Order: sequence, then structure tokens, then C-alpha cells
Amino acid sequence: MSEIHNYTMNFGPQHPAAHGVLRLVMEMDGEVVERIDPHIGLLHRATEKLAESKPYNHNIGYMDRLDYVSMMCNEHAYVMAIEKLLGVTVPKRARYIRVLFDEITRILNHLMWIGAHALDIGAMSVFLYAFREREDLMDCYEAASGARMHATYYRPGGVYRDLPDSMPQYESSRWHGEGDTRERNQDRSGSLLDFIWAFSERFPGCVDDYETLLTDNRIWKQRTVGIGVVEPSRALKLGFTGPMLRGSGVEWDLRKKQPYEVYDQMDFDIPVGTEGDCYDRYLVRVEEMRQSNRIVRQCVKWLQANAGPVIVENYKVVPPRREAMKQDMESLIHHFKLFTEGYAVPAGEVYAAVEAPKGEFGVYLISDNANKPYRLKIRAPGFAHLAALNEMARGHMLADVVAIIGSQDIVFGEVDR
Amino acid sequence: MFIRFIKTYFLWELLRGLALTGSRLFRRKFTVQYPDEKTPKSPRFRGLHALRRYPNGEERCIACKLCEAVCPAVAITIESEEREDSTRRTTRYDVDLFKCVYCGFCEEACPVDSIVLTDIHEFHFEGREGTVIDKAGLLAIGDRYESSIAAARERDAPYR
Repeated sequence: MSEIHNYTMNFGPQHPAAHGVLRLVMEMDGEVVERIDPHIGLLHRATEKLAESKPYNHNIGYMDRLDYVSMMCNEHAYVMAIEKLLGVTVPKRARYIRVLFDEITRILNHLMWIGAHALDIGAMSVFLYAFREREDLMDCYEAASGARMHATYYRPGGVYRDLPDSMPQYESSRWHGEGDTRERNQDRSGSLLDFIWAFSERFPGCVDDYETLLTDNRIWKQRTVGIGVVEPSRALKLGFTGPMLRGSGVEWDLRKKQPYEVYDQMDFDIPVGTEGDCYDRYLVRVEEMRQSNRIVRQCVKWLQANAGPVIVENYKVVPPRREAMKQDMESLIHHFKLFTEGYAVPAGEVYAAVEAPKGEFGVYLISDNANKPYRLKIRAPGFAHLAALNEMARGHMLADVVAIIGSQDIVFGEVDR
Repeated sequence: MFIRFIKTYFLWELLRGLALTGSRLFRRKFTVQYPDEKTPKSPRFRGLHALRRYPNGEERCIACKLCEAVCPAVAITIESEEREDSTRRTTRYDVDLFKCVYCGFCEEACPVDSIVLTDIHEFHFEGREGTVIDKAGLLAIGDRYESSIAAARERDAPYR
């Protein structure tokens, strides 16, 4: 009788379930995974090194491109690190706008995740419904920043522009007459905040729809319950953060534990799982969408009631308003100085972290009193999660690896940086 | 217990899912029939670049090179010379569309509102050489779409 050997199988990097460019080298015993070796680096763009050669503000746009489904949260961590070193205080309205867009970003990310995860496991329709809601939130991004994904909206000291008072509207065509168009533009007749408010009114119903399709579905449960179990103590040791950690039952959320911006004034709950399997992580993320919606509503209410500046008036860091720049010589000098040389950040080291949709996204910044970072280290949550893939998938079937990758919510922009 | 058995046996949760997707069949479609109609675009939209002129036909750009300095992707190349009427003008203004990351910093930096990011997002190249737009090309885009560019700047002016 011949001896039976394990065999090695390659997964990716061009695999639709690999969420980008993940390559796995798997040692298989029949259809059971013995060992997984993730190969990363296929999307490495040297963002950290690139940042060292560019003035501080130039890097904001590159932060969007790290975790490219939670853009503004990445900017937030970077901008917060600079603010800590500069010692500027952000105006209150800007803080609320940031919290508003952080939560919109969280919903965007989780919608992308629920669609992709369900599609990987075989449920197609959730993807289509999730992208319908994503479209509205993308419009919010576009209305505020001018880009649907790579916003470049946050600035050290606040945000670039205040939220617009009007939304762009649909025009009637030969497909849609006057009546149809009026209906389409119903939510768009007011300001951006009104649009977001209308969205937050209907969004819980949309989440109910996703839950109807998945939560009790027996196929979904068969594919996720008991798959990729991580004990709470082990999750802490592996450096898990965000929904991965909370799914294991550890109540840890930077928004509650070390509140930044105005999270201490927000009323929301942190969902926590009990089993630490893929199904619990799914439930945690779905509940997070509902909680984010609550925060969004509180922010919109506050922003509608309180006007004010959205960026500090410190012209050593923030360029003056365009009108002033065109009429006032000193403002023009500030403008030229800031756009050619940037600003010097006092020497020092700082770590700033935000609760990004995937976990703790941190930026460690060292400044040597120049206009460029001396060193920028990015702490990406996905990296720690992917490192635990071997442990989570060992002993499971090949098809379960896809479910585990999906529930880890891996995005290679941030893993490879 | 009995209800649970019945629900499991008759595929209750699967039927509820089917009912949800089935009801979508009869509701109004939200599809946007793309080439005929387009999704609305914000006046802040950052698309294809353009160089603008003053209403009297004089080009706005004064070759201060702020956009070149501020561009994170180093996509802008400018060369300048003094013109016969002793004003500073560009002799070369190239934007490499493959390098540009559409961050909008050039427009933010421009003190004379010359370089702008228009709301044009449907553009294509017919060869590798077309990916760099030169000064004449940028000015042509600006001339062609001046009314919509000006309208968008006008709407966004209070916020900047």
C-alpha cells in the first residue's frame, strides 16, 4: 500500500474570494486544511516610505488608499497624529463632522463586507441590496469632498469645507419623466444633512432586509456557526481589534475606552459576541451598522442646530480663506508658504489611533521639526487578523477558509500598505 | 418546540428570504439608464483637469508653480518664460493623467483659479501618448466647458 502524503495547494492571488491579492499556500490533508501560509506584499506601495519624502498635507490623499473601503477613518488617524504634535484644537463643528463621516464610513465598510462575505459563501442578493445603500453614502462623500471614494477631506485642524446646503439632483430623461424625477429627488431637495437624515430613517429597515436574508438562513448558519472560533484570551494575544475581538466576547472599543473627538457625548452601545465564530462576528458587524446609524442621527441633529467654523484659524497650519487670500497680502504670503513648504511640526513622537471599521487603525509619527515626517508607522488592524488565519483555519475544510477570510474583513490596501 | 419543528420542516426562513427578493420584482426599479441619464454630480466633483481663461480671453495661469509644488503625485510639469508684453506665462503645462490622484490640491493652491478639476469623468485615451495633456489641450477643455466650470465654482465659493 502506498503512503498517503499531504499535498500543497495554491490559493490566489487572482481568486475572487481572496478579497484582493491574497495568496495562500495551503497544506491539505484531503479536503482538511493542515497549515496555511499567507503570502502578502502583492499590493505593497511603500506608503510609509513615501510619506517621509512629502510634506505633511500631501500624505492625506495616500491615507485614503490604505484601507480603500474605509477611507476617511484612515485620514482621521493620520490627521489626529499631526494635531497632537502641533497642539491645535479642532473646532467643535469639525469634530462632529468627523464623527459623522467616520460612522458613515463604518456603514460603508460594513455594507461592502456583508455583500462580499455573503457572495463568497453563495448568497448573491445581499450584495445587490448592500450596494444600493452604498450608493447613497457615496453620494454623501461626493457632496462633502468631491470624490466618491478617495476623499482627501480631513485636514490637520478640521475639515476642508463645510457641508453643502444643497444636494445635486437627478434630471428627467426619456426613461424617467417629471413625476419619477420628482420622486427620485425627494430626499435631495434639502441640504446634505437632510439627505443623510432621510437615509438614516430608512437604513434600519434595510438592515432588517439583510438580516431576513441571512441571520436565520440555514445555509448561512451551516457555513458560519462554529467556523474559525477564537477564544477571548487568544484573541487578545493575537492582537485582534474591532469586530474580530468583540466577536470573541471582549468588550473593547476605542470609541468608548479612549474617546476621541466627540464620541464621549454620543449615545451608543458596543455589540459583543459570545462564541467567537464567524456567525458571531457577522452579528456584531450587523449590530454595529445599527449603532453607527444611531450616532449618525445624533451628529446630524447637532450639526443642523449649531453652525460655526470647521477648521482652525491658525494660518501657520491652515491656509486662509480664498477671499482673504485674494485681497490681503499677508494672507497671500501664508497661502504661498503653506502650499510650497507646508508647516513644520515640532519634534516629538506620537501615536494616534481611531476605531476604524476593521479595528484599531493607528499612526505612529516621529517628527524632527521638519515639514515632512521623519518616520511614519501605520498600525493596520487587518495585518494582525490575517496573521491569525493559520490558527483559525487549521482543521477546517477548504471551503471554510473562504468564510474565515470573509469574516476577517481583509483589505489588502492596509495589510500591504 | 412544535412551531420550531414546523418552521424548520417547511423551510420558513428560506421562504421569507424568497418573499423579500420576490417582492422586489414588483417594486419600482432604481436603475439609472446610464448613457441616456446620469447620476447627479456635486459641484465639488473632482474629474478631468482644465485650465481657465479670463472673460477677456487672457489665460489665467501666471506660472507661479504652486500646483506643481503641491502636487503629491508630481503629475504637473511647468516651464515658464517672460512673454513679449513682459508678463510671466507658461510655455509648457503638462498634466500626466496616469500619475494624477485627483486629490484636488492643485485647485486649492491656485491663487488665480486657473487649474480646476471639472466634473468630466468620462474620458478615454487612444494611445499611450494621450495620457499627458499639454497646455493647449487643457485650455481647450477649459474653453469648451467654461460655463459649467464657472457655475460649479460659483456654487461652491461660500464654502472655500
